[in-house]
Amino acid sequence: MDWLQSLRLAAPEILLSLSGLVILLASAWANGPRAARLATWLAVVVLAVAGAMTAPVLFAGAKGPETLAFSGLFAADAFAAAAKLLIYAAAGASLLVAPAFFERFRAMRAEYPVLVLFAVLGMSMMVSATNLLTLYIGLELNSLAAYVLAAFLKTDDRSAEAGLKYFVLGSLASGILLFGMSLTYGFTGTTDFAGIATAFKDGLPAGGAFALVFVLAGLAFKISAVPFHMWTPDVYEGAPTPVTTFFASAPKVAALGLTMIVSLKAFGTQAPAWQPIVIFAALASVYWGALGAIGQTNIKRLLAYSSINNVGFLLIGLATATPAGASAMLVYLAIYVAMTIGGFVAVLMLKDSEGNPVEAISDLAGLSRERKVLAASLAVVMFSLAGIPPLLGFWGKLVVFQSAVQAGMFPVAVLGVLGSVVGAFYYLKVVKVMYFDEPAGKALGKSDGVHQTILALCVLFLSPLGYLVVKCLTALADLAVAALLTAA
Amino acid sequence: MIQLFAFYLFAAIMLVAASLTILSRNPVHSVLWLIVAFFNAAGLMVLLGAEFIAMLLVIVYVGAVAVLFLFVVMMLDIDFAELRAGFIRNFPLGILLAAVLAGELLLGLGAVGKGGIALGTPDGSAAVPADISNIQAIGQLLYTKYLFLFEAAGIILLVAMVGAIVLTHRKRPGVRGQNVPRQNARRPEEATVNMQPEVGKGVQL
Repeated sequence: MDWLQSLRLAAPEILLSLSGLVILLASAWANGPRAARLATWLAVVVLAVAGAMTAPVLFAGAKGPETLAFSGLFAADAFAAAAKLLIYAAAGASLLVAPAFFERFRAMRAEYPVLVLFAVLGMSMMVSATNLLTLYIGLELNSLAAYVLAAFLKTDDRSAEAGLKYFVLGSLASGILLFGMSLTYGFTGTTDFAGIATAFKDGLPAGGAFALVFVLAGLAFKISAVPFHMWTPDVYEGAPTPVTTFFASAPKVAALGLTMIVSLKAFGTQAPAWQPIVIFAALASVYWGALGAIGQTNIKRLLAYSSINNVGFLLIGLATATPAGASAMLVYLAIYVAMTIGGFVAVLMLKDSEGNPVEAISDLAGLSRERKVLAASLAVVMFSLAGIPPLLGFWGKLVVFQSAVQAGMFPVAVLGVLGSVVGAFYYLKVVKVMYFDEPAGKALGKSDGVHQTILALCVLFLSPLGYLVVKCLTALADLAVAALLTAA
Repeated sequence: MIQLFAFYLFAAIMLVAASLTILSRNPVHSVLWLIVAFFNAAGLMVLLGAEFIAMLLVIVYVGAVAVLFLFVVMMLDIDFAELRAGFIRNFPLGILLAAVLAGELLLGLGAVGKGGIALGTPDGSAAVPADISNIQAIGQLLYTKYLFLFEAAGIILLVAMVGAIVLTHRKRPGVRGQNVPRQNARRPEEATVNMQPEVGKGVQL
């Protein structure tokens, strides 16, 4: 094994961990809000550099044995690069919006960017995993940092509750996943994904089916797919809003990427075994997410159900088990990240005249007359989430359903479209409250320039202008999927 | 011969210690008996040729877990009499759980005779070379092939530590910390004062 080659392939991860350590050490001496703000900006720069190091891998479409590092534990191929770019972008955005929010509660500390950097490192390992051990260690690194981030606002009881709930349920899911992984190891004799695929190529033994179910259940928890979604609304509501922005974007990308790797690579030879499970989880998530959101009065809870709903659509792409489906999933994932970041940043910008966060949907009444631009941006995000045609959200749904029809899964596609119509109801309800109700005069507060910039970028991407990059996006997704499906 | 003797010695002491762990009335004694049981289990592991697990038992279980238990038992004000008070009420549930466990054991014993399930064959990446001890073998794997994951596991521990500090550390007002330079700079003249109180009047400080 060539160490130099391995280190070169894992350079973004090494950069992330070293800069995390340096910022942690520096913050031991330089504490205080100003140092914390500086640390946050530094972390964003580090993420940008890591992204710049990763991008060439995606554009070159790297695949095959030369992408393997550390004796086959880690793959820096085009698929991992695509997922990493999305993760870095989402994490960067959720870091940028944090200082303005936490400084209000005097809770901004340099540990926040450090924990986010380590969580991103864990996610990077997850999407680069070619071995069950890398998968688990990456997942735990990400989850452990996430539990702390959820409880970061110590003065808020809801934040502590969110942290505890996330921790207890997350550990349970990790246990389930670990059980599935040890069964897999027991029945195949290897932890390597390629080895597992080889061992299962002649059919799944009864024990292997158990292993598959447990692994998928653990992963379904991490992506909050029904029936393992119940923690999502509580955690998303209770966690500080910048942390929720982070949870709904970057870890979702990582966990979905991981689910794709495990299903298409490790259990790739056994697609008929997992397809029914994924189809059930997909449709259940679509409908549960759509119906559960209707009665919500808190906008963060509403967006949590929306993320469950979106995971359902993404899983329809996975359920096809075809390269086209996987590629559609990646395209949708990119659009989903923009929609989620846009949605939560818009929520962060809703403040009353004293600067306190506003979260109740009823307080948004008549927002269009008080804050025209913000209301219009939120409306664009909501229409896009609903999949209304001129916006980019429509394109994501279209490619996913198209791949399902191509794979001959016509009923699934039809049910998905119907679910999307049901879901449109509550997105439109928010728009109706903002534009047609009498002004409540609540959300009057000014917002930060950084928030406005990020929201503007998301809205620009989601607007019909986004169709200019769709072709490029599709080409990159195809490159990534080709790398994923290449036997290493 | 000596091995057989050692086996029965360790096994017998371990059984006694384990029984005393659950039977002794004083919880601190229970923890101490537990430590004895761990030591004897480590001895059994050495007899099996698994030195690494023996070390782990002593370092992790005795060194960390048992001491943690001892801390919890001694520092928390747990009323053990009260804990035992629900014994009769919870008796049926306990019996049920014991019955389930006994059933599982019987099933397991029955299954042994039927032969094992078809497991996968190990791919050989973790096979122990014949001529070295298993501590050496684990070290060779851990620090070469799995070095990447070993380092990542280190970061997980760091995150756990940072997390614990972030969630529990807070600046409290009114904490009287020690100020060493001020202590050293203090002279007897400023610190002591000679009073001559009148009888029955008391002192004004």
